[in-house]
Amino acid sequence: MPPPLEVPAERRIFGLETEFGLHLDAPNARAVTPEEVAGHLFHSVVKWGRSSNVFLPNASRLYIDVGAHPEYATAECDSLTDLIASDKAGERIVHDLVAEGERRLADAGVEGTIHLYKNNTDSAGNSYGCHENYLVRRRADFRAFASALLPFLITRQIVTGAGSITRAPGGAAYSFSPRADHMWEGMSSATTRSRPMINTRDEPHANAELYRRMHVIVGDSSMSETTTLLKMGATDLILRLMEAHVRLPDLTLANEMQAIRDVAHDLTGAATVELEDGRRLTAVQIQQEYLDAVRSQVGAVIDGTDEVARILDLWERGIRAVRDQEPGLIDTEIDWAIKLRLLERYRDRLACAWDDPRLARLELAYHDVSPSTGLFTRLVRDGLAATVVDESRIERAKTVAPATTRAHLRGQFVTAALAAGQDFTVDWVHLKIAGGARSTVLLKDPFRNADERVDVLLEALDTASAPVE
Amino acid sequence: MPQHQTSGSSFDHDAPAPEPGPPGAKAESTDAVDSLLDEIDGSLQTNAEQFVRSFVQKGGQ
Repeated sequence: MPPPLEVPAERRIFGLETEFGLHLDAPNARAVTPEEVAGHLFHSVVKWGRSSNVFLPNASRLYIDVGAHPEYATAECDSLTDLIASDKAGERIVHDLVAEGERRLADAGVEGTIHLYKNNTDSAGNSYGCHENYLVRRRADFRAFASALLPFLITRQIVTGAGSITRAPGGAAYSFSPRADHMWEGMSSATTRSRPMINTRDEPHANAELYRRMHVIVGDSSMSETTTLLKMGATDLILRLMEAHVRLPDLTLANEMQAIRDVAHDLTGAATVELEDGRRLTAVQIQQEYLDAVRSQVGAVIDGTDEVARILDLWERGIRAVRDQEPGLIDTEIDWAIKLRLLERYRDRLACAWDDPRLARLELAYHDVSPSTGLFTRLVRDGLAATVVDESRIERAKTVAPATTRAHLRGQFVTAALAAGQDFTVDWVHLKIAGGARSTVLLKDPFRNADERVDVLLEALDTASAPVE
Repeated sequence: MPQHQTSGSSFDHDAPAPEPGPPGAKAESTDAVDSLLDEIDGSLQTNAEQFVRSFVQKGGQ
C-alpha cells in the first residue's frame, strides 16, 4: 500500500448524507407501507446493483435507510463546490427513480404519485437527518475538541437553518430549524436512539492513526446551494482555527438542549441563552464572536480566497438579517429566508393562520426534489434562489466522481466493472472484483486519487469488457 | 425568555431594504414571487389537508 500523502492543513475531505422523506400521494388507493413504496422505488437499483445498498459510478452511495428513507451519501469531496455539485446531483439521482416506482405501483394496483422531500420532518413530527462529515486530524482530546464546537453548531441555525412551521404551545409559528426540536444530547455514539448533535462513533473510513471523522448530525437538509456553502464552509473555518490551536472565545452553554430550542423558536434574535460562566448572550452575539474570530485569522491561519470571502460575506449578512430583522439581506441565499418569503406572501394572500394546511403544502413543495412538482428549480429559474455551481456541473456529477480524492478511484472502478458486466464489491475503503483471484484493494487514504493497484484492477476490467472480435 | 410567536414573524418584506439594489429590483422580485405563487396556487389548494396529512413516515437517524 502506498504511504499516506502529505496534505496541507487546509485541505479537508467533506461529505454530506441526506435522508429523503418518501411520500406516496394516492388518496384512492389501498394502504401502502413506506417500505413497499421504497421497494418499488429501488427496483431498478436492485436490478443492476443486486442490492438496495449500492455505490454509484459517481462514487457516492445510495441506499434505503432506517424507516424506509432513501439515502444518498456524497462521495469524498475536497472542495465545497465539488460537494455542492455531488449533493445536488443526488437529488436528481433519487428523483430519476420516481417514474419507474410509480409505474410499478400502478401495476400493483396503486395509482399515485411519489414525492421525495429533502427536508427533516414528516407531518406527524417524525424526524430524519442530514449528516455532515468533516475529516479532521486525529488528536488525543477529541471529545473536548468536539464539545468546543457545540455552541457554534447550536447557534448557526440562525444563518444556515432550513426554516420550519412548527407547532408551539401558543399555536403554530415559523422557526429557524426543523431539526432543533429533535435533538436530545450534545454528543453520543448512538443516533436513532438518542439523537446527539455530534455522533462520536470512531469510524473515519480512512487511516485511523491519522484521521477522525467529525460527524455532525444536528444540521438541517439544505435545498439552497448557498446555504450549503455557508453551513459547511463556516463549520470548516471554525474547525481550521481549532485544528491550528487558535484560542476561541469560551462560549460553553449551560444547557445545550434548552438553548437549541430557544434559539430555533425566536425569529427576532432577541432571546438569550445562558452560558456556563453565567453570562446570557443571544445567538446573534455568539455567531458574531465566531465570525470575528475567523475574520481575525484571514491572511494568517486562513487563506483569503474568493470562496472564503463569499462565505464570510454571507455569514455576516446572515447575522445582520436576524439582528436588524431584515431577511431581505439573505432571501435568495439562505433556506429559512427564501422559504419564509414565499410563505409570508402566500399567507397574506390566503389571510390564514400559520397552521393552515395550504402553508404546510407549500413547505413540502419547497423541499420536493422534483423539477415539476417541486419549487426549487423554479426559484432558481426566476432568480429567487442563488446558486454556487453551474447546471452542467451538477449534471456531470450524476455520473462522474470528484477527480481529486479517493472517490475518483472508486468511480472509475464502479464504472469499469459495470461496463464489463463484472460482479464487484465496494465500500468507502475497499474495492474488489468478485470471484476472481485478485485480492481486495484497501484504500485508506481519502486524499489519494491515484493508485497502481487500482490501475491493475481497471486493466483487468477493460480486458473483460473489450468487444469480442 | 424565548418568544413564541403566535402570529408569525415580524418581518415585512414590503419594507424597503437598507441597501437597495438597482432601482426596481425589489419590486421585480416581488412580482416574481407573485407569479410563482399564481403558477402553483391551484395545485397547492387541491386537497392540501389530505395531502399533507398523508405524509407520515418513521423517523430516521
